[in-house]
Amino acid sequence: MTLLQVKDLSVTLITAQGPQEVISNINFSMDAGDKLGIVGESGCGKSISALAMMSLLPPDSQTSGKIILEDQDILSLNSTQICSIRGNRIGMIFQEPMTALNPVKKIGAQVSESIDLHMNLNRKQTLERVTELMDKVGLAVSRFPLNLYPHQLSGGQRQRVMIAMAIACNPKILIADEPTTALDVTVQEQILDLIRDLADSSGMALIMISHDLGVIAQTTQNVMVMYTGNIVEMGRTVDVFQNMLHPYTYGLFSAIPHAGSSAQKKRKRLSCIPGQVPELHLRPQGCNFADRCSKVSHKCKAIEPAATKISDQHQVWCYHPLTQEDKK
Amino acid sequence: MKQPLVKIEDVYKDYQLPKKYLFQKAPFFRALHGINLELNQGSSFGIVGESGCGKSTLARIVMALDNPTSGTVFFEGRDLFNIPSAELRHLRRNFQMVFQDPYGSLNPRKNILGIVAEPLDTLKERLSFAEKKERVSQILVEVGLNAADTDKFPHEFSGGQRQRIAIARALITRPSLIVADESVSALDVSVQAQVLNLMMDLQDKYNLTYMFISHDLSVVEYVTDHVAVIYMGQIVEQGTTKSLFQNPLHPYTQTLLRAVPDVNPLNKRREVKERIPQFEMTSKSCPFLDRCIKATKNCADNAPKLVENMGHWVACFNPDVA
Amino acid sequence: MFRKLAEVFGHGLKNRSFVIGGIISLLFFLVAFLSYFWTPYPVEDINIAERLLKPSTKYLLGTDHFGRDILSMLIKGARNSVIVAFVAIGIGLGCGVPLGLTAAAKKGWVNELIMRFNDFTFAFPSLISAIMITAILGPGSINSIIAIGIFNIPVFARVARGAALSIWKREFILAARSAGKGQFKISVEHILPNISSMLIVQATIQFALGILAEAGLSYLGLGTQPPMPSWGKMLNEAHTFMHFAPQLAIYPGAAIALTVMGLNLFGDGLRDVLDPKLRRSR
Repeated sequence: MTLLQVKDLSVTLITAQGPQEVISNINFSMDAGDKLGIVGESGCGKSISALAMMSLLPPDSQTSGKIILEDQDILSLNSTQICSIRGNRIGMIFQEPMTALNPVKKIGAQVSESIDLHMNLNRKQTLERVTELMDKVGLAVSRFPLNLYPHQLSGGQRQRVMIAMAIACNPKILIADEPTTALDVTVQEQILDLIRDLADSSGMALIMISHDLGVIAQTTQNVMVMYTGNIVEMGRTVDVFQNMLHPYTYGLFSAIPHAGSSAQKKRKRLSCIPGQVPELHLRPQGCNFADRCSKVSHKCKAIEPAATKISDQHQVWCYHPLTQEDKK
Repeated sequence: MKQPLVKIEDVYKDYQLPKKYLFQKAPFFRALHGINLELNQGSSFGIVGESGCGKSTLARIVMALDNPTSGTVFFEGRDLFNIPSAELRHLRRNFQMVFQDPYGSLNPRKNILGIVAEPLDTLKERLSFAEKKERVSQILVEVGLNAADTDKFPHEFSGGQRQRIAIARALITRPSLIVADESVSALDVSVQAQVLNLMMDLQDKYNLTYMFISHDLSVVEYVTDHVAVIYMGQIVEQGTTKSLFQNPLHPYTQTLLRAVPDVNPLNKRREVKERIPQFEMTSKSCPFLDRCIKATKNCADNAPKLVENMGHWVACFNPDVA
Repeated sequence: MFRKLAEVFGHGLKNRSFVIGGIISLLFFLVAFLSYFWTPYPVEDINIAERLLKPSTKYLLGTDHFGRDILSMLIKGARNSVIVAFVAIGIGLGCGVPLGLTAAAKKGWVNELIMRFNDFTFAFPSLISAIMITAILGPGSINSIIAIGIFNIPVFARVARGAALSIWKREFILAARSAGKGQFKISVEHILPNISSMLIVQATIQFALGILAEAGLSYLGLGTQPPMPSWGKMLNEAHTFMHFAPQLAIYPGAAIALTVMGLNLFGDGLRDVLDPKLRRSR
């Protein structure tokens, strides 16, 4: 069953240069239990699309298209209806656990906040639910009493509290926006394991937003790669990562120094994508990547490419998908 | 043997913590615990560790921005903390720093000329405005910006370009050492690759020495030829990058390396199980005791010292010799 | 520099309190400036025959108990307020900002000394202490300037120190230190430009307070001495005629209220305009 369907979603924000389209016509859908990754660099629109799903965009932004959760279009709901979805049917984890938690409220009170809002429980049941949640995220109440304040916890523990808050009402979808970017690798590993286990055990769908290809590779089944507000490549994570077709995806992948580079005799230069991401108001006509692409043709500069289906599970928005030879 | 460019000798750094009671002796936090390192001219030395391990403190001490509690740093044989301040000021042209945050490290109220020319004030000779401008334009071109950018302000540049400006500022006095504290971690990967390539090119051109501080293991592996892994203010493993990454011996180094998520979705990792510490931590114990899978009674009672093993140095009683 | 001013002004035109406050303040300054060249009647002219007249075409706002033209006195009184408030702010900025910057740069006992001195000054109600100072030094506009100025010092010192401390934590300060710059040079070259907008806003607020304080001192007869008119003194002289000529109190009172409100509005607007983070929200 389709849980979430995003149809022709476009978002326009008011910037210093006037209204700018930051997301243009993106389409995707998710089933219950799916794990979708959204990967891209800053400014590609990955966080904006998450905020759109939570209807948390700034008030002066304009959206078009549909975001259908089960059978409701989120974009057509009024603010009270939206509030009954946020935190209840969609949970979200933010990047900075330091700033996303209220520093003057006890962690127990913060976790019970959305339970009080959305679930009809009495005080005792709420307390039971909070205790159960803290257990689930690995902060057993015996060691981490509910009356601790956020500053008494480490970064990873705070992120666990955030996760407990996000899953408090058994949401259908959990959106994790760069949940581990501010954390150390060893802590990141634990948090990713936790998120994945929670999603597996509850059948909750997961949208993992990250700039880190490794995080996406290890936590998702499907992935979409975004560049300047467009999806450039989408498919099963295995297919996309094993066979990158869009020059941008491949460029991103090659730009990371890979483990084992010290084994090589001579240090090779890192291959990098020339130029930089165009600013919003300077985006070219046609394919947005054309100016930085090695395989650019006249067609790319004139008309924006439509989706090309490589297989049922793999689509790419490019006139000249890479071949094996291109990658040598 | 040639004299090392930088010699860090038994550096300790304690920070005072706020008192709990009015008349209590102020408690302290030991950020660095006896660090000894030598950096040779033209090499790239990596410092790896998690946040709070003391790697940034070490950078600030090497830059003489902070005083060590005990121990000292020699730069070209001169003791940075035992020379007159005027001499230190002139010596500063030889070591410069590139910071992490490309947004915070450039004064928003100054133009690029003012920012990049700032270290020139440490030179003995006074430069005229025209000479300064000439030098700044030259260096801007060298880091891949335009010579005409001198009159612009930082907000007119993207993150990657700002980091190039920061590199230009560090390079303008033709230093021999550049301390790069997480210099590329705030950048997007494609921009990070451009900046890393630039840094490598500049190293080849000017025989620069880098002290490269990062939490990103793959970047450190790529950039450096020597690495030290720091845990809780102590070096736990140190050696050539090749030997250390091919053959990590300390359990902490192994944990770090294993934790980096693999970009190949088919290489699934083993799940990590939480370990229950078996031994009581004391001030004498190995700092990694409570997280170590191989902890023994000996580790709880004595802290291991760095000993040579399989081509590099490791501070562990039970190193994982494969 | 000029481009920067023009930019600030351009943003300011979109901000309501900046525009309204700016117009009121500008009018006030123009009136004060005007008094150097022209007033409807000389304020020293005493004409008992025409005392306590109601407003008429000859005397737009009427006359006081000595038959002096009230409008002329208001215009000249504005000049007096401007000078006192301006110089007092100069004293506050000139002494307070260096103290605040030093406290932020040196930390340790220097910081303690300066801040405790600040607390000490703050502990006295400023107007009462100003009365004390003028009582010791003798009444007069110069002494009231000094008295008001002294109480501006801790205000600016505190603002400068607080703002400077947050700038000292920034990475570009570390960069300047590694370039070999000393604390003094860093304070002047890096800290000051970054806290200047905050100081300007504080100055407009202190300006309004200075006008109020000057009026208060003059009301008590400790400020400006005759024959120079001042708003506070006009209020003082009006209170004996309160029952049959209330307009004598209303005009200077209204002038003080309007000017202070205008300056406060302007300061508020300026803060929003100078702080890019707040700029978009209105």
